[in-house]
Amino acid sequence: MTSVTGLLDLRRTVPQKYIPVMVTAGLFVAMFVAGGIRYEGFATGQIVLNVFIDNAFLLVVAVGMTFVILTGGIDLSVGSVVGLSTMVSASLLKDGWPAFGVMALVLVIGAVLGLGMGAIIHYFEIQPFIVTLAGMFLARGLCYTISTDSIPIENATFTAIAQTRVDLGGDMWVSPSVLIALVVVLAAAYVLHYTRLGRNVYATGGSEQSALLMGLPVARTKIAVYTVSGFCSALGGLLFAFYSLSGYGLSAVGMELDAIAAVVIGGTLLTGGSGYLLGTVLGVLVLGLIQTIISFEGTLSSWWTKIFIGLLLFAFILLQRLITARRR
Amino acid sequence: MAAPAPILRMSGIGKQFPGVKALDDVDFRLLPGEVHALMGENGAGKSTLIKVLTGVYDIDAGEIELEGRRVAFSSPLAAQQAGISTVYQEVNLCANLSVAENIFIGREPRRLGRIQWKKMRRRAEEILSRLDLDLDVSAPLSSYSLAIQQMVAIARAVDIDAKVLILDEPTSSLDAGEVAQLFRVMRRLKEQGIAILFVSHFLDQIYEISDRMTILRNGTLVGEYLTSELSQVELVGKMIGRELADLEKLEDRPPAREGAPLVETELLGRTGAIEPFTLTIHEGEVVGLAGLLGSGRTEIARLLFGADHAGTGALKIDGQAVSLRTPRSAVARKIAFCSENRRAEGLIPDLTVRENIILALQAARGWTRPIPRRRQDELVEKYISALNIRPANPEQLVRNLSGGNQQKVLLARWLILEPRLLILDEPTRGIDVGAKAEIQRLVAELSDGGMAVLFISAELEEVLRLSHKVGVLRDRRLVAELDNDEGLTTDRLTETIASGAIS
Repeated sequence: MTSVTGLLDLRRTVPQKYIPVMVTAGLFVAMFVAGGIRYEGFATGQIVLNVFIDNAFLLVVAVGMTFVILTGGIDLSVGSVVGLSTMVSASLLKDGWPAFGVMALVLVIGAVLGLGMGAIIHYFEIQPFIVTLAGMFLARGLCYTISTDSIPIENATFTAIAQTRVDLGGDMWVSPSVLIALVVVLAAAYVLHYTRLGRNVYATGGSEQSALLMGLPVARTKIAVYTVSGFCSALGGLLFAFYSLSGYGLSAVGMELDAIAAVVIGGTLLTGGSGYLLGTVLGVLVLGLIQTIISFEGTLSSWWTKIFIGLLLFAFILLQRLITARRR
Repeated sequence: MAAPAPILRMSGIGKQFPGVKALDDVDFRLLPGEVHALMGENGAGKSTLIKVLTGVYDIDAGEIELEGRRVAFSSPLAAQQAGISTVYQEVNLCANLSVAENIFIGREPRRLGRIQWKKMRRRAEEILSRLDLDLDVSAPLSSYSLAIQQMVAIARAVDIDAKVLILDEPTSSLDAGEVAQLFRVMRRLKEQGIAILFVSHFLDQIYEISDRMTILRNGTLVGEYLTSELSQVELVGKMIGRELADLEKLEDRPPAREGAPLVETELLGRTGAIEPFTLTIHEGEVVGLAGLLGSGRTEIARLLFGADHAGTGALKIDGQAVSLRTPRSAVARKIAFCSENRRAEGLIPDLTVRENIILALQAARGWTRPIPRRRQDELVEKYISALNIRPANPEQLVRNLSGGNQQKVLLARWLILEPRLLILDEPTRGIDVGAKAEIQRLVAELSDGGMAVLFISAELEEVLRLSHKVGVLRDRRLVAELDNDEGLTTDRLTETIASGAIS
């Protein structure tokens, strides 16, 4: 009862639009504190940093997904594109390609795939769900044409990036991937808030019809968000390759669902037009912290992660429903 | 006054659609600093003229001159850039964005590609204050009423250096206070020399705000008049091309026949929607419901149609207690409901007139027993001619019909079921004088034929003209039930609504 009245008070003092993000932030802090009380050695900064290290690729993928969902769309292809990126990297590196050439090519492939799907969605007026579902099968299928087995990565640059520790002082460290992910987050937040493209993303998600009548470039915006998402998936794939130092056709199966879950738990409306990138970051952190807690618990199987994510999703969708219902 | 040179001149405009001549040799001019009303029935060509002007349609004949230069716009955006902005009935803004953003999106002040939020908010405040509006420009648009949203749309329109502002039925969903506010804004703009083209179905509003009017009928020009020199009766005569005989015939409405009670409610109510009310509707009786928007008129209709469940009280039909669990059970008891929101809740725009009309009958029969095509054609033919649906083509898509004709299609759908109680929620909103008169006449005829009608309308004159009995609603409560005798006037109704008691 007190929590309900607490929420009502909150509504009076902070703008409604920040409530979902604040709820997610509150949840993260509560989980961290609860974990710290329950488990020894949990309440350290490195635990949070480890969540970043283990989920840097998911964070990047979720940033791209945030763009798409803000326009009211969805991108189911991201997991497959991550998988494809690891495969392309691993196989080209094995053939002796230079590391940076491989990285550039992978990013271009991801962006082009996204661009193609965006163009089909816009110009043929097909639901994003169907188009990106097709993209998902396509990318996953391409993985197996490269190889059905796992290909190890032994390239010097890749292994160097994978093994580098960036010290933050006080025995705390992060991987270069975390820094890349944070740069992506900051750049994306800037784009969403301070550029026309970003505002057009929100406007398109609010009402595509109105955006069109206001003379906004809806076509360009919609195609751009899928391109961004494709690019982010490819970059996420590179980070995943740094993390696992191998390419495998079955890697990142279902990651699209984790990314969507992170975005929704971060308070972005699936119908589009409302949400913040900070929420997505918090969403990824919450998902990562659940995994950490379950590994600390020791006795629970890792499938409990899925159960908790499922329950959280239900709770957050209900919360969104309540907030949008109030608004009407 | 010496007329200044027109800022906009359209001459000899012609526009042809397959099978219809929408505009034929129409001239139109707009002077700076005037409010010019474009008048005509639904289907007279008002919308087409506006769409031709703003580049939604190409023109087939004639030419358009803006400030003396010949123009042809390829899209609304091109028209906007040339200084012709349009604000539609539905607010075409993004409610999730802030007020300031809605005014500036697409033209945000930037430096090195970075949007300057502070500058944007300051300029938004300036623009709004010029329109006498004091809003929190960083609040989301959705936190303001529809009227305010409309004025934000106008602010957006005039900020694009507008010379011509087109307001296409901006007032149809506003209440009196909001209309007054809109008119203040319009007068402000007029003083600044902007030419305003105004379309509305409310004659009183036209006379209050407009300086001049152009009348269209069946796609042709009837004439251009100074508002001060044309009486309302003359105007309506010119619009519909015949005398007001139809409307006047209704004035001598026969008294209600002594029918048996058809529907009786006893303290029927639903928490949060309508306080318990007791109301009896007799056969052949027209019961009007008067009250402000949101006073509970539609809620009563929804209870009687089974669209909502009653929380308290009892409902009797033919003296027998029933509980209407779904609209289906109401239809089975011969109750029909024409929703106020005909686009969202009634018609299916992508089906043809025939398919829309036949829908309720088919649903009542069940899908396993399709209505034979010949029977469909007969029925549809009959109702198209009885209700004078235009164009009289059963295979026309409903989306292509004007508002008044769409309303008639919806009516036909329910009349085919031969209901005993017909609930009409705002059947005449947003439709023109001629169609209005036809629908009113139809209601009178139906009730003469023994059908009971529950008639809901925001226009008190209309309620008075048609009803035998008027229920007055206020704050979700049925506050009075008045017999429509000599003593009942719109003034008394207004008073009752305002005071909440029988005066």
